[in-house]
Parts: sequence; structure tokens; C-alpha cells
Amino acid sequence: MKNLKIMALALTAIFTFNSCSNDDSPVVEEELITTLAATFVPVGGGQTITLTSKDLDGDGPDAPVVVISGNFAASTTYSGSVQFLNELENPAENKTAEIQEKDLEHQVFYQISNSLGNFTYSDFDSAGKPLGLEFIFTTGANLGTGNLTITLKHLPNKNAAGVSAGNIANAGGSTDIEVTFLVVLQ
Amino acid sequence: MRYFFILFFLLWFGLSSYGQFTLSGKITNEKNQPLTGSHIHSKSMNAVSNPIGEFEINGLPKGELRVYISYLGYKTCDTLISINQDVLLNVKLKPIKTDLKEVTVKQTVTKVSSSLSEQQISKESIERNSSKTLAEALKDVAGVSLLKTGTSIVKPIINGLHSSRVPIFSNQIRLEDQQWGTEHAPNFDLNAAGKILVIKGASGLQYSGDAVGGIVVIESANVKQDTLFGKTILSGASNGLGGTVSSSIHKGNSEGWRWNAMGTFTYFGDRETPNYVLSNSGNREMNFSGDVSYIKENYELSAFYSLYNATIGILSASHIGNVGDLYNSINNQIPSVIDDFTHSIKNPKQAIQHHLVKLNYLQKLDENSSIATFYSFQFNNRKEFDLRLGDDSDKAALDLQLTTHSLQTDYKKEWEKWSLKTGMSGLFQNNFANPKTGVRPLIPTYVRFDAGLYGVGTYELKEDLIMEGGIRYDFSTIEATKYYLKSRWNERGYQADFGDIIVGETSDQWLTKPQFTFHNLSASLGVRKDFQSNWKWLNNISLSNRNPNPSEFFSDGLHHSTGQIELGDLRLTKEESIKFSSSLSKKWKSFSMELNPFFHHITNFMYLRPIGFETTIRGAFPVWEFQQTNARLVGIDFNSQWKITPNWEHKFSFAYVNGEDLIENKPLIDMPPMTISTSIQYKKPTWNGLVLELQSESVFRQNRYPNFNFETDINVDGNFVPVTVDISTPPKAYQLFHLYSEMRFKTFKSLDTTIAFSVQNILNTSYRDYLNRQRFFVDEMGRNIQLQLKFNY
Repeated sequence: MKNLKIMALALTAIFTFNSCSNDDSPVVEEELITTLAATFVPVGGGQTITLTSKDLDGDGPDAPVVVISGNFAASTTYSGSVQFLNELENPAENKTAEIQEKDLEHQVFYQISNSLGNFTYSDFDSAGKPLGLEFIFTTGANLGTGNLTITLKHLPNKNAAGVSAGNIANAGGSTDIEVTFLVVLQ
Repeated sequence: MRYFFILFFLLWFGLSSYGQFTLSGKITNEKNQPLTGSHIHSKSMNAVSNPIGEFEINGLPKGELRVYISYLGYKTCDTLISINQDVLLNVKLKPIKTDLKEVTVKQTVTKVSSSLSEQQISKESIERNSSKTLAEALKDVAGVSLLKTGTSIVKPIINGLHSSRVPIFSNQIRLEDQQWGTEHAPNFDLNAAGKILVIKGASGLQYSGDAVGGIVVIESANVKQDTLFGKTILSGASNGLGGTVSSSIHKGNSEGWRWNAMGTFTYFGDRETPNYVLSNSGNREMNFSGDVSYIKENYELSAFYSLYNATIGILSASHIGNVGDLYNSINNQIPSVIDDFTHSIKNPKQAIQHHLVKLNYLQKLDENSSIATFYSFQFNNRKEFDLRLGDDSDKAALDLQLTTHSLQTDYKKEWEKWSLKTGMSGLFQNNFANPKTGVRPLIPTYVRFDAGLYGVGTYELKEDLIMEGGIRYDFSTIEATKYYLKSRWNERGYQADFGDIIVGETSDQWLTKPQFTFHNLSASLGVRKDFQSNWKWLNNISLSNRNPNPSEFFSDGLHHSTGQIELGDLRLTKEESIKFSSSLSKKWKSFSMELNPFFHHITNFMYLRPIGFETTIRGAFPVWEFQQTNARLVGIDFNSQWKITPNWEHKFSFAYVNGEDLIENKPLIDMPPMTISTSIQYKKPTWNGLVLELQSESVFRQNRYPNFNFETDINVDGNFVPVTVDISTPPKAYQLFHLYSEMRFKTFKSLDTTIAFSVQNILNTSYRDYLNRQRFFVDEMGRNIQLQLKFNY
């Protein structure tokens, strides 16, 4: 009986002690990149193309929403740049600056199928290796459709063969962002 | 590496050449328990036996020698020995007041179950594994295998089951250290264990009713004689270029004050496979434990505290992005990150702290009954650090603070043929998932309350036939506070079944308060028969229930170390298990063996299985979901010991388990493959206690596995190529050889030194293990040379 009393007392004490530490506030996801926005400005003038992919539920089940503003023109040189945002924060947080800060640990890769064009890097990290937040995209003469894939790699091996030229195959590291856009060249 | 060899041989030959003849041996009581601090004296020399009862007197001249061996409360033994070579003298002392009945009674009390085979881990094995994990020391038991995440996160698997199904009890307290995750290793410092028992079954009803797989019971060292001694173990290893220092001091007493204190410090850098460095696989540990007790004739008061504090690096190559990374890693068989060796630990890593406080009061009511009450407090803080951008890189991605209070009272009574244990327990637990991490936690904040009531009785039908039965009732209720993404809530279809648990919302999330209550009944029945011919036959059938753990209920999100999305399910129901196990053992003069078949049926067996893909801005990820099925596990463990000559000993063990999913009629995932271990040992006590042991470990390929491979399209040069991601095929069989050797020296009057030299994976074999979660990324550790110095003083 005495034990029961002590137990009841102890448990009451425990309940009151613990109940104050519960915090019902939701987690603000600071880490997440929800949005990729790539802008292609034709060098000689013309229509600017933007590609965006927005995934507001992060690891949740909804697939990202992909928007392509228009078709690329053949035989054109585009000056390109890419931005990464966290739109769950208000106002939206620009994650591009953080990538720039850790430029040695990141590289953006661009791939396009069906030989529709070529990418070259136009920005570099503090060690002189490509970073890829800015690039030049030169479209070919043949019209058609293809997949344009933008990949952000964390801790790639920037010294591996071909990686400086934008070849992702030997890059290793882990994939932070990978988005494929179905683009048209006309 | 070479220096280790040189040092070893220098010490070996240098120290063994002094003295003329040596008298050594072991002083025990009639039950072979060591009598620490026995006095062994002759005309001019004397010695005191160490904690394991052993002593040594060096430099004895040739001739006749009268030796007296005395110990308080025991009859002094005097004997005449002729010394013309090194002599081994093992003596069993008899108590002055022989009360055999009381002795046998005591023995049954310390056993967890009398109808279930218990395997004790020897003190030697605990000390040998001083720089390793708890699970690695348990591996010596046939039927125990290891579930690993890399090299330092190791969990025991008993007869095919692990994690929440194998609770670990330290000094009667269940460790509440978040065992729900496969990459959550037991938060326990092996060096703090005085005695470890493995029980392959659920019959330890005084402990719990949900140990579906088995129980590990740990007791810390407790010295019942009036003595003061210390022990220090220094271990250094070539693989990981690090080591462990563990020191303990024990004050024993038969009555009055008794205390123990110990501390361990472990420091390791990157481990290496035969071909490359396992980058970021280092670990650190700084542990402490201590206790004080006051013993009087009819009561005992004690207080215990332990701290486990570890930082463990998570292999860089295992941090992958999407399914394309996983596919590449599996197919290339080369880790994606290999850096130069370093001692430093980067992100990703785990930082874990576990505090345990226990207060215990035992009152003897009369000669044959006692009541014990204890309260325990545990605080477990698990922080997981991930590779993060910018300012967040030093902030934990997961920060779980688990606080547990428990209170238990046990009553024991013994009659001539009966014994009864009964008790009740209460537990209150609070998990706090720190929202300041900036990452949605996999496990939510929750509170849990448990209460239990049990009774276990033993009845001696005949001298050689004992029956045992027990029953236990458990109540458990858990209430969580969890945010669900609205998209996840809809995808899971929870609105219809759980719409009423929503208590709030944000723009994209529901705040819910899921609550579950369980009433469980577990039971156990067993019989033990001793045959005259030294055959012993134990049979046990036990019924147990396990409630879904927080991970099985609430998991919801991406697991970075495996690149998979794991989803719990609020609809899960409890697991019901029925296990029949039998143990047949026999001791011949120089050969002993034990055969352990079992049959285990589990209804609503919970397991993780892949169900498809989800596409995110990071690419596609495989989705694994907790599901339930009915499972059957059948297996057999066998071990034998053969003393070929007084110097040579052969040991053999074998384990096999066959797991079947009874609903889909296919094998269960992650079942340990067949293993065979053989060792041959040469012992020569007169040569400074020389031990040489060669062990062979064969692990077969697991040919019974479910095919959970999945098809996906991965991006190759901008084109999507269909591939099969092979996550199911088990790695090849492998065989390893290990060497162990030791010698003992009496360096000073009251200092005993043991030097041990060992090599694991002598042939530097490259292999992967089916039960290592990092087998998709890297090989296992290569050769490891270890030197250990042990001082008893």
C-alpha cells in the first residue's frame, strides 16, 4: 500500500515535470530547396526562356510542378543562370548564395539529349574549377525535342576525369537536386 | 604494424625468462566461483588470488614445498607439493559451515529462467572485446548474429530478430535508448558489464512481455568478499589507428559498504578495407559508471549511475542522393567518396548520450523471501548531424530527447519445492523531438505510460524434474504530437480513419494527436529434466506481444543514410508471437555439447518493404513502408566444446535460421545466413598462462531472400534509361580467420599483467555482409591487429 502511494506520488510529479517541455510548434524547414529556376537570355536579343521546378512538400508524396516558359530557338547562344530557393520561408530564402559560399563543395551539371545543344561553364570556384550557377547554352541547328537535366551535386570529385568539362558520370558525391525538363527546339 | 610484433615478442621472451619454477592456479569454492583475495602462502613466499581467483608464485626453488591456502569463512587447505617443474594447483575450498541447500537455492534465484537455455558471455570474452561494441561480444553465442551500419553501429540479432524485439537490461533496467532504428546501436559500454546473459526467447517475464526475439541481461561487477582491487585494460588497434583505455576499481564487502567505479575512453579514426579507406568511419566514446551499496544482513541499499557518451561518424559514401546514386553505388561496387585516412569525424555523424540512474532497496523478509523496489531515471539524447548548407552545418538534423522514469517492485519467496517471483512495474516516458533542427523529425514528440504485473512460479516435481510457468499483463498507452504534411495525410488515406485526431493546422500541415492503448497478456511454460547420464533437456513455450514502436507508427520522411523514404503506418496492430524452444545438452568427461532447435510463429510481424517511388526536386526516391505479415522462423543452434588434451581445446558452433513470410509464401528479408565457427586453442598455464587460439568463421550466402528489386529510369547523359536496382541479392559467402594469444606476468607483488596480441581477418579478405546496411556502398573492414595490456592490481 505504501509503495502504491509513493508510486502515485512519483508519477504525478513526473507528469507535471515533463508536460511543460512539450512544444507544439511546427518545424520550419530551413534546409529545403523547394524551387529551381533557370533563366536563359539569348545573347543577340530575343525571347528569354525560364525553366522552373517547384516542390513545396519536400520529401512528401507530391511531385514537383514543372513550368517551361517557351521553346528554345535553334542556332542561338543563351547566357544562362540558375537559382535555388526555399519558398516555404516567408519571404522566400535564396539558397544560391549559400551554394556560392561553399563553392568547393558544389557543382551544377547540365545535360541535354538528342544533341540539341552544348553547355559550357562561365563561373568558377575559388580553386578555378567550374561551379555552374552561370553557364552558356548554345543550341544546334537541328530542330526537335529532348530532355534538359539540371543536377546539383554535393561534394563531387571535381578532379575526376571530365568533371571540369561538365561530365557527371565520374563526379560521385550526392545529388541534392535533379530536375529534367522536356524542352523543344524550334 | 611491425612494431606491434616486435614489442610483443620482446615482452613475451623478455619477461618469461626470469625465475626458476612457477606455482600457479585458481582458487574457487565448490561451485567453481573464484575466491578473490585468497591467501596462498608457503615458507617464504605468498600471494593473493586476483578477481578471477587466479594466483601465481614465481621463482620457487626445486624441492618440497608446504603450501597453505586460506580464505575467510572457508576451511584452510594445506598441501605438500614437490617442485621439479612448473606446477599448476587448482584448489576448491570448502565453506566452514556447509549449507548446501542454501547454495542451490541461490543459484536458481540468479537465473532468469530454469526452462530456457541461457548463454553466458565469459569475462574473458568481455575483456577481449574491450574496444568493441556490446553486440560484438555477444556474437560468440551460437544463434547471435550482428546487424551493422558501418563498423561502429552494431546491434545483436537473436535467432533472426533484433532491435525492439531484443530488449537489453542493464542491472534490471530496460535500456530506453531508441532501439527502434536499425542504425541505433545499444547505448552501453561493454567494459561496464560484469556478466552478460543471452536468453533466446521471451520467457523472462519478470523483465518484459514483449521480448519477441530474446533478452540480453547485463549485470555489473559486484564483489561479495571484503577486498579492494582495480583493473585497467589498454587496447590499441591497427585498423582505425586508435584504441581504448578502460579502468575500474572495485571495493567488495560481505557486509557494509561496497562500491565500484569505472571509466572508458575510446578513440578511433577511419577504418580501412583491404583496398580503401572507409572515410568518416571513426568513433569516440567517453563512458563512466559507478555504484555504491550498503549491505546488512537483511537489507541492501544501492545507487547506480552510468553515462554513455559516443560520437560516431557515418560513412561519407553512404550519404547518397536519389535512386540514381544508389544504382551507381550498387553497380560500381566502389564507394562514391574515398578520402585520405584521418582521425577527425565530419558530418554526417551521430552524437549520443545516455544517462541512467537507479536507486534500489532490497529487504529480506525472512530466510526465504525478499522484496526489492527500484526506481530508475534514464535520459537519452540522440543527435544526428547531416551534410547541411551554410549556417546550419553545425546544427543537428535530428535531436531526440527521450526521458524515461520507471518504478518496479519484485517479491520473491521460496518454499521447499516451490519458488515464486511476482511484481509490478510502472513506466513513464516522454520523447521530445526538438523542432529547432529545421528538419521535420522522423520520430515525433510523444508521451507513453506503461504498467505491468507478473508472476512466475517454479515447482520441483522431482529432484531432476522442474516445471516453470509465468504470466504477465501489460498496459501501454502512447500519445504523440505530430505534424503531417497535408499531401502525405491524403496519400496515406488517413482522413477517413483518423480525421478526428486533427487538432490544428498550418498552411500545408495538419497537427494531429494520435493515441493508442494496448492490453497485452503474455505467458510462458517450461519444463526441465536432468537425466542421470548428464543429459539435460529443457523445453519452453512462450507467448509474447509487441506493440508497434514510434518508428513503425510515425516514421515519415527521407532517411539520408540510406536514401530511402520510410513511412510508418497508424493502422499497424500489435505483433503476437509464440515460440517453442528446446535445449538438449550433455557433458561427457572431455566433451560437452548443446543443441537448440526452435520454432517461432509471429502474427502481424512488422517489417519494412519497398512499395514504389516518389519524385521530389532531388530526383526519385524509393519508398519503404512498414507492413505486417505472418512469419515463421525455424532454426537450430549447436555448439560443442572438446578438451582434446589438458592443453588443447576445440570449440565449434553452428547456427541456422529459416524465415518465411506465410502470407506471400516467400522468404523473410534480412534473415541471418548460416554460420559456422570453429576454434582451436592451446593453453599452457605453466608458461605464464599462455593461450593461443586460432578461429575460423564461415558465413554462407543467404540464398533465401525476397526479391524486392525495383525497376526505374535513371538519367544517363540526359536520356532516361530503364534499370533494375538490385537491393535484394545477398553478397557472396565468406570465410575469415582470427588469431588470439595472451600471456600473464606477475610484474610486481600486487600487479598482474596480461598481454594479449590478436589479429582479426588475418588474410585481409575483402567481403560484404548481408546484414550490414552499408553493403550497397562499401566492403567490410580489413585486417586488424590488436595489442592489449591488462593490469590487475
